[in-house]
Amino acid sequence: MIPKISKETTLLDKTEELSGEKIFSCHKCGKCSAGCPVGTLMDVRPHQVIELVQANDWSVLESRTIWLCASCFQCATRCPKDVDLTRVMEALRLLVLRENFDHIRISEISKEELRELPPVALVSNFRKCTG
Amino acid sequence: MKIPYYPGCTLKTTAKPFEDTTKAVSEVLGIELLEMPRWNCCGTVYSLASDDLMHQLAPIRNLIRVQDMGYDRVTTLCSMCYNTLEQANQLVKGDPEKLEKMNSFMDQEKDYTGGVTVVHYLTLLKEMGFDSLPVKNPLKGLTVVPYYGCLLLRPEEISIDNPERPTIMAELLAALGATVVDHPYKLECCGSYHTVDYKEVVCEKTYHILSSARKRGAEAVVLSCPLCEFNLDFRQKDLEQELAPMPILYFSQLLAVSLGLFDALGFDQHYVDPEPLLKEKGLLR
Ligand code: SF4
Ligand code: SF4
Repeated sequence: MIPKISKETTLLDKTEELSGEKIFSCHKCGKCSAGCPVGTLMDVRPHQVIELVQANDWSVLESRTIWLCASCFQCATRCPKDVDLTRVMEALRLLVLRENFDHIRISEISKEELRELPPVALVSNFRKCTG
Repeated sequence: MKIPYYPGCTLKTTAKPFEDTTKAVSEVLGIELLEMPRWNCCGTVYSLASDDLMHQLAPIRNLIRVQDMGYDRVTTLCSMCYNTLEQANQLVKGDPEKLEKMNSFMDQEKDYTGGVTVVHYLTLLKEMGFDSLPVKNPLKGLTVVPYYGCLLLRPEEISIDNPERPTIMAELLAALGATVVDHPYKLECCGSYHTVDYKEVVCEKTYHILSSARKRGAEAVVLSCPLCEFNLDFRQKDLEQELAPMPILYFSQLLAVSLGLFDALGFDQHYVDPEPLLKEKGLLR
């Protein structure tokens, strides 16, 4: 369950403010979704994330997509309209995380994994998935 | 050449062979790596929120240390550190207001003036000229694919090469005498930090990347990122049924082998041991 988020401003405004991107620049070519390395595993494809934000549809925050995004910058590099979707994904995660929400539970990672995982993996994951 | 060196956390732990081989190579090449005093973790991922300066402090503080050393360049090995340091650097270079705010927040430090450039070690080698490398033990008969992943190349502003058609690692490996083949997954993300929370995603990416490499005839995959290394190497543990073992190497390890430096290879820190392959090719002493 995601936390309750104050909906005084629109999702579109919040996302544009946090990401610094202009969401209506998107012309729906789908290149972002085509190149996304985890696109086929997502419930909402990257270009559909843009559509949902345009429509102020808060359900996008309940998608698996925003957590599956691996911040790989592929969509940002390929977008012909200069929409940095990597930043949009981060903005959406932060809308949830800043409500003091954690997407992962550190205590559930096994001792064996903790011993084996490189520091870069742990630090980056906690940075992206905990509030 | 003397240059400040930013190691980052992982180069001191799971990626120790990456650092050790680079140090050995640097000595031979006349690159004096000056490890920065009091470096701190860069944060590993660049913060992408417009209002977040807090997470930009760690990378910028490291650049202040470089400035304090009296240098205007710093080199690093880890793709993630490179990316985070240079993206933060470009942010403050282009936004004096943010820089001023951060400088006044870090009032124990001298102000950062934006005068430092972060140079990846591969770029440093390229500047010196790959053809000038004193190769003693050419990697003859070894077929490899370079794997760039994300953070050396994206976003475009910090890319060390053409972000869609990079050649820098292929050029290096060819200069070392290896046979280099191209493969379509060279830029594809390995799943990155999801190795912690969506291990199955990383296993799937690893499977696709490595089976594509093998189809092209690769006997080993060469890279520059400790997280990619872990994912492509250690996640093979869960793919033993599907995939014959594929050795994963840091470019610096093959560089060391080609220069005849065999003492710090650190192959015991890998999951798939590259030694049998290199022995079979007659490349190890
Ligand atoms: S690539 Fe850019 S313009 Fe095309 S659908 Fe994605 S965000 Fe929109
Ligand atoms: S940054 Fe996220 S959404 Fe964009 S291509 Fe990479 S994984 Fe997909």
